Amino acid sequence: MLMPDPDQKILDRRADIVEALRRIVPGNGVIAERAGMSVYECDGLTAYRQMPLVVVLPETVEQVSDVLRYCTAEGLKVVPRGAGTSLSGGALPLADGVVLGMSRFDRIHNIDYANRCITAGPGVTNLALTKAVEGAGFYYAPDPSSQIACTIGGNVAENSGGVHCLKYGLTTNNLLGLQMVLMDGTVVRLGGSHLDAGGYDLLGVVTGSEGLLGVVTEVTVRILPRPPAARALLIGFPTAVAAGTCVGRIMASGIVPAGMEMMDRPAIHAAEAFCHPGYPLDVEALLIVELDGPVEEVDELVGRVEAIATATGASLVRASRDEAERMAFWAGRKAAFPAVGRIAPDYYCMDGTIPRGRLPEVLEGIAELSKKYGLACANVFHAGDGNLHPLVLYDANALGQLERAEAFGSDILRLCVAVGGVLTGEHGVGVEKRDLMPEMFSDVDLGIQLRLKSAFDPLGLLNPGKVFPLLHACAEMGRVHVHGGATRFPELPRF
Amino acid sequence: MATTLHTPANVAELADLLRQASATGQTASVTGGGTKAALGRPVVPDLDIHLDAFAGVVSFEPEEMVLVAGAATRMARIEALLAEANQMLAFEPPDWATMWGAPARRATLGGTVACNLSGSRRIKAGAARDHLLGLDGVTGAGEVFKAGGRVVKNVTGYDLCKLFAGSFGTLAVATRLVLRTVPRPEVAETLVFASADDASGIDLLGQAAASPMEPSGLAHLPAGIGGMRLARTLVRLEGTPVSVAARVASLGRLGKLIQRLDGPGAAPLWADLGTGALVAEGGGDLWRLSLPPSGGAGAAAQIAAAIPGARHVFDWAGGLIWLAVPAAAPGYATVMQAASIRAAVGDHGGGHATLVRASAEVRGTVAPFAPEDAGLALLAARVKQAFDPSAVLEPGRMVAGR
Repeated sequence: MLMPDPDQKILDRRADIVEALRRIVPGNGVIAERAGMSVYECDGLTAYRQMPLVVVLPETVEQVSDVLRYCTAEGLKVVPRGAGTSLSGGALPLADGVVLGMSRFDRIHNIDYANRCITAGPGVTNLALTKAVEGAGFYYAPDPSSQIACTIGGNVAENSGGVHCLKYGLTTNNLLGLQMVLMDGTVVRLGGSHLDAGGYDLLGVVTGSEGLLGVVTEVTVRILPRPPAARALLIGFPTAVAAGTCVGRIMASGIVPAGMEMMDRPAIHAAEAFCHPGYPLDVEALLIVELDGPVEEVDELVGRVEAIATATGASLVRASRDEAERMAFWAGRKAAFPAVGRIAPDYYCMDGTIPRGRLPEVLEGIAELSKKYGLACANVFHAGDGNLHPLVLYDANALGQLERAEAFGSDILRLCVAVGGVLTGEHGVGVEKRDLMPEMFSDVDLGIQLRLKSAFDPLGLLNPGKVFPLLHACAEMGRVHVHGGATRFPELPRF
Repeated sequence: MATTLHTPANVAELADLLRQASATGQTASVTGGGTKAALGRPVVPDLDIHLDAFAGVVSFEPEEMVLVAGAATRMARIEALLAEANQMLAFEPPDWATMWGAPARRATLGGTVACNLSGSRRIKAGAARDHLLGLDGVTGAGEVFKAGGRVVKNVTGYDLCKLFAGSFGTLAVATRLVLRTVPRPEVAETLVFASADDASGIDLLGQAAASPMEPSGLAHLPAGIGGMRLARTLVRLEGTPVSVAARVASLGRLGKLIQRLDGPGAAPLWADLGTGALVAEGGGDLWRLSLPPSGGAGAAAQIAAAIPGARHVFDWAGGLIWLAVPAAAPGYATVMQAASIRAAVGDHGGGHATLVRASAEVRGTVAPFAPEDAGLALLAARVKQAFDPSAVLEPGRMVAGR
């Protein structure tokens, strides 16, 4: 991975920089020792590691503003960081850059039931938002699989989704307002607890900007009343084509499932072997369809989905009868990544989105690539919104397999783009897919995006080396590689 | 110099026009259906670019629920096409043309999205911004570009679609837009409650919004609005017959239920809520206020006390106020009106107030779009520069001098 060359002059001034930052953030808010900094040397994309110049953990908006103003004055690069769970290297440090950790902004400021929103520091975890309001019957809808660890600030940076985003939208659709500090230290407020922008929708642009435009210091999101009922269906199909047809018919019928997940045969077998959820082993594709809402509605829609499934040739249709059974249906899907980690020494997780209807041909294309590269692949799929996670299986210790897995992965993403899809559905570009951006965007497209970046950060000091290809594009591309099932956050489910 | 009319035949001609305008310091307005020319500050451009050549549906795939259409495609055409497949645009795009007394059914997709319009379903389904998946366009500098894609889940690069929605033509010209469509609900039912006043009506709406019954419309009409003697509070539910019946049974107990309207029966009322017609038809200057729902009643009361003759209705559970005020002489009187309206929003939780209909003189005097604080204004100006460095597109439409 080619990152911008470290500036020796900055490295030489490290002691002064550390001292200056300690004046801005006193106490133990500046970490300059190797042992302390090693926690920050990578994020969820563990293939790439880099010790930062220094880590600073501010506690107040004024400190964030002062740190950024200081860094601007000194020409220092800054890498903002939430919980560091990014799967695309969005928080990968720079040798000559300051890591700005937002973990101390971990307080919930206001719960406003009258306006159905919650205001919190960016360091509050996604799940903590729901925990704070569930006693009153509310929840925060976007639920990325890392929700016990990932923070709402990081969710804003990545526009995180989750299984429920099919019905309830991504972060961008649930975010009402934020406070943000620009690289020059200016504090701005975007939105509030009302809907829509009075001027340009900068809130929408900042969401998913991967920490390149500003540092979020406060977030207001809407909360929703918890649906009274939820049931899931487990549906098996003899072919992936039939499963894809079923997904399309469910959506076209007007049903918006709370979640709709698909697994292919290798993923089903791996999950069943791993945690025995009772999945059928004689099917080519398995769908899990969850419906939520008022009891009467859920029961009615379960019946409708059963009918659609049967009509599209399902060989197995089971509807959950109670909460325990619903959770059991999900258990295998939620364990799919670690399960795949058991059947191969290493796997490499991709994240592309395709138009739903192109799934059969994309699966066929992946199967052909699998033969071409001589590597197996298991597929899990957020079927309702077309977000595909192929897991390429390989052995890093076998000569040439790593390179083959990477080439295979790049070809999968190119295939996604070729059928009208995109390079990343939810993991972000980060450093991982940075050099594939020209597959989707022309030089002009990228130039406009870079000018937008400059509007927020004219000196290009905030999170450089991410999202946009470096001038001299590098053939080597980063990936989510997992060896021996050892992910950076083994306790986090990933799906 | 008089405005000259241009109708570029294709993207290349449009790009040439804008490139030349950039190079020669000319300005341009961009027109789709021409229904919203009186929105924002008055602009007298050198060029008036009509997008007639960019009309037409490129593709509509009901199974994928994706529509691709030229910017000048009329909304009426799109809605008819989607209806054939029993689908719709979820954000309930309103037809604002009637607000100015212009003919209905001429509004275009590009204009609707550029103004980020939405109707009552905004609270459940989002605004135009939430349904624009991608676009092809030309910047003010004449660069042909694309943004987004054709899929809902996409975090590849900055979300420029959000920026286009609500840019009122000041950043770039969209030539082709990709929108997500959704199936039409099988049935809709609107519960009409009698409410004593704004505060109790909005309280009822808050209870409905806090219930898990997923209302798709929450409006309150004070007494006297729409020719009705009593204040009415409206709760709309949409879905399958079984689901709607269950939810009607649950929410019908929230207050004094005086009427139940079916989908077609209530449709004109919800359409009028989308355009502000319930207060706009009485004349006067028209404002649209967005604020936290719980601040709605208080803000409206404060405005009523400050501006005699003001009329209002609430949508979005109280978070949207359509406000008509007697037209005052441009100058001190209108500036003071605007100040008291914006102060009421500021005093009740913050948000923004947009002057959507007034004479050109008033729109030139009063900032029609909510003034930004210094830091935000600077940032917005730099964003404008990034897309339109020579300030060709709709100069001053949103903010004086930008």
